[in-house]
Amino acid sequence: MSSTAPIAEPGGGVGLSPRIFVQRIFAGKTGPVLTVLAALVILWYAGAVYLNAPQQIDRDRRAEIERSVTDFMGATWAQERPVLPAPHQVAAEIWKTTFAMNPTSKRSLVYHGWVTLSSTLTGFGIGVLLGIVLAVGIVYSRTLDRSLMPWIITSQTIPILAIAPMIVVVLGSLDVAPIFAKGTVSAYLAFFPVAVGMVKGLRSPDPMLLDLMRTYSASNWQTLVKLRLPSAMPFLFASLKVAIAISLVGAIVGELPTGARAGLGARLLAGSYYGQTVQIWSALLVAAFMAAILVTIVGFADRLVLKRMGIAE
Amino acid sequence: MNGAAADMATGSSTGPLTPARAPVLAYPAALLAFTAIPMPVATGGSIVAGSSLLAAALLLIIPALGIPRPPALRLVLVGAVTIAAFLLILANLSPVEGKASLGYWLLLASAGVMAVQMMRGLAHRAGSGSLRARLISLSVPVVFGLWLLILWECIVRGAGVPTVLLPPPSDIAVRFASSLDILWADFRQTFLKAVIAGYVMGCGSGFLVALLVDRVPFLRRGLLPVGNMVSALPIIGIAPIMVMWFGFDWPSKAAVVVVMTFFPMLVNTVSGLSAAGGMERDLMRTYAATHAQSLVKLRLPAALPFIFNALKINSTLALIGAIVAEFFGTPIVGMGFRISTEVGRMNIGMVWAEITVAAIAGSLFYGIVAMIERAFTFWHPSYRH
Repeated sequence: MSSTAPIAEPGGGVGLSPRIFVQRIFAGKTGPVLTVLAALVILWYAGAVYLNAPQQIDRDRRAEIERSVTDFMGATWAQERPVLPAPHQVAAEIWKTTFAMNPTSKRSLVYHGWVTLSSTLTGFGIGVLLGIVLAVGIVYSRTLDRSLMPWIITSQTIPILAIAPMIVVVLGSLDVAPIFAKGTVSAYLAFFPVAVGMVKGLRSPDPMLLDLMRTYSASNWQTLVKLRLPSAMPFLFASLKVAIAISLVGAIVGELPTGARAGLGARLLAGSYYGQTVQIWSALLVAAFMAAILVTIVGFADRLVLKRMGIAE
Repeated sequence: MNGAAADMATGSSTGPLTPARAPVLAYPAALLAFTAIPMPVATGGSIVAGSSLLAAALLLIIPALGIPRPPALRLVLVGAVTIAAFLLILANLSPVEGKASLGYWLLLASAGVMAVQMMRGLAHRAGSGSLRARLISLSVPVVFGLWLLILWECIVRGAGVPTVLLPPPSDIAVRFASSLDILWADFRQTFLKAVIAGYVMGCGSGFLVALLVDRVPFLRRGLLPVGNMVSALPIIGIAPIMVMWFGFDWPSKAAVVVVMTFFPMLVNTVSGLSAAGGMERDLMRTYAATHAQSLVKLRLPAALPFIFNALKINSTLALIGAIVAEFFGTPIVGMGFRISTEVGRMNIGMVWAEITVAAIAGSLFYGIVAMIERAFTFWHPSYRH
């Protein structure tokens, strides 16, 4: 179809010819991505039927109900505690616990999401600041570079998240506010990608430019502010995207084992204790939305800053 | 003078030779030690400990006098004094424990500063040229690690920090050695069963799907952005669902690991498969190579750095996934189970021992993957000098 269509037929591309509209969408990324997402939703519905069927058959036999195929499928998508809840059930639960509920209520996902988000952002801020300061230290001190840098790289291979419960419990017993206890975990996790990325970024300027700064007899501080930091910006934002995502994971895991009563992690744990699958899935999806939004915001800031600096294409 | 000449000749071959620095930090260290001499080291401490620590303080003053001229010898002196001072402090820790006073802290600060001076000297001589320079650059992080451990031990024991908050490293080591059988059982359950099985299945399926996606351009355009997005999501949250579906034992943990490792592998392999240059691809076409031939002989080898990158990322993710999934329910064995229950019982020493196991396992796993990578991608520019 696309090969026979003339590239520039009179009036082509003018107005909203549905055919051209569809062609354009599928030539780019939007069409394929939407198709893949639609396929995922269909797979999800099919999976819900398959996984919930044994439970439903059992229940129908006991209640002596005969169902047609479509009726049966509908029933598997409307169970109280399904093995896999259907997308619309999760969507309804999310709607019910976010928009249709007072956000200060203990059952509102807005409330739990805010608890998680606040410790995520606290930890992210502290971690990023620490990472940048340490990276500057490493770039300017040969001793720090030689002694500390190998450990920072090695520590990337260690499952740091395993320490999360201990940090939260120990800090909790010291009467540290939960937001800071969980924030410590997030900060700890966010710190590493930022430190590593910033070391790379601060070292990225061309040696010629560094020599130029020297011919200007620029001080270390001037070189840092006027040359090294600006050229590290692309590296910084690349690490910030990793850091914000991992901060959120840190905050959620920090809420798991401590009997925390608030937060998305606590919601997951409570759901798994009481077999509330719909609750688990809605907490999970809200966490996913939150991660997507946070990463998008960082990406947006990235483009804005690089555009202002004239680096972006 | 011979020592200095040899040092100059074999010194760092990478950068220009900078004049050897004077051990500037020896002066503040000596000042701290000197101030510490008349101070009591502990409230009601024994005389033996006091006099030994006095000897340490006197030792720490020596390098500031700057007796040996050649910088290499001076570094040896600084090193010897630092080690001797720390050994004296460690040997006399028990009488001071929990009741250290100002003299002890000043002495500890002095030894710590002297150790930094030692690291400065070592870092100055580190390089990648001769064997000696490489050995020295290896020694700097080792010295730094030991420095941290010893300071941790001295501070925690000197101040009498309750072990519930932070046990000293010696306690953790004792705990580690005395509960090897429990740690081994946990390691077998979490690592040998869940992590390995999940890692192999997750990476394998990610790789196969990537080959399929690569064949269909429509899927490549559609699936890659989705895969990239999913990599940023807190996938770990599916752990409770997997525990519900696959039960308490290791298969549920392996399932979490499969999902966590799948997407990094998929995304990296797909972008790796487009890494081969256009010229080489055209060459394969002039040879009339089939899709399979050009895949095996050109594009997969070119994708290897990307694939190994995913394998390395996944080695850490797999361990994290398995440990966190155990927080949601396990049989009474496993690293995540042990961590969460011992935290609940405030048995922090055991938690640290388990974390040590996780750290060793994680680094070894990563190291092995990195070694295999070196063997397979020896041709890559990053491994050639």
